[in-house]
Amino acid sequence: MIELGPHAVFIVWAYIGVIIGVGGLIGWTLYDARRTDKKLADLEARGIRRRSAGPAA
Amino acid sequence: MSIETTPKQSWWNRIANPGQFVAWTGRLLWPLTILTAALFVIGLWLVFFQSPGSTPNVGTTLRILYIHVPNAWLSQFVYGIMAVSALGTLVWRHPMADVSMKAAAPLGALFTLLALFTGSLWGRPAWGTFWEWDGRMTSTLVLLFIYLGIVALWRAFDDQLRAARVIAVFTLVGAINIPIIKFSVDWWSTLHQPASVLRADGPRMPPEILTPLLVMFFAFTFLFLTLHLKAMHTEIKRRRVMTMQRRAAQGAES
Repeated sequence: MIELGPHAVFIVWAYIGVIIGVGGLIGWTLYDARRTDKKLADLEARGIRRRSAGPAA
Repeated sequence: MSIETTPKQSWWNRIANPGQFVAWTGRLLWPLTILTAALFVIGLWLVFFQSPGSTPNVGTTLRILYIHVPNAWLSQFVYGIMAVSALGTLVWRHPMADVSMKAAAPLGALFTLLALFTGSLWGRPAWGTFWEWDGRMTSTLVLLFIYLGIVALWRAFDDQLRAARVIAVFTLVGAINIPIIKFSVDWWSTLHQPASVLRADGPRMPPEILTPLLVMFFAFTFLFLTLHLKAMHTEIKRRRVMTMQRRAAQGAES
């Protein structure tokens, strides 16, 4: 184990906090992307098209 | 001799089309992710196995600074990206500018929160206090509130194009806080130390500390760039979903 010195608890908590924060941010970004992809796929499956994509099939 | 008559699209115009933007920048996502991961692996290895555990003037809490400084840098850099995007919205009406602004706001809020969090954990052993209402800390807290205000504003509007113009003005007004944060350590007598990396006379630290700090700095910066790009793609798709839902509702009415 690496020697962190007398203030190890502050160092460990700083890294834990950043790991939770950054991990949460990555997780949320991926979840939001997946959720939006699913909504888009559902709408396309229902035959709804954007105007630029031409008339509905 | 033949004359080229077809107008050439500049990359600037090409990325103005959301579909083209996603197609063009989609290829960058994986290389950016791999680069970010590699920088974090190298950076953390340097921090925990190569860097000295303490220095005479900082003490053993030196390792907190390797994550505090990059987050503090990002808290301001992300705002800079938002301010440039705000200009893009107001001056050039670039369609990707407001997408960039919206995608960056929650990222900036989190990096600012982490800068404050790691800063206070550093402050307790170094200064004997988690928090002090001094210039640097107070102005960074104001920055967090500005970010949260911008995130709330985006949610308050149904019409995102209208929202973009209002928020762009708000973002540019809020940008006045950035030089205040940067120069707070010079203008007022603060607990926070003055600049030691971005100095006219070069960084003031030995290479065994500067190298891990710079690697972590780039790791966090590329992390932001990767997440920002991904969040922009999601925002473009979310707008497509909104348009399609509107069309579906109109179709149901007629």
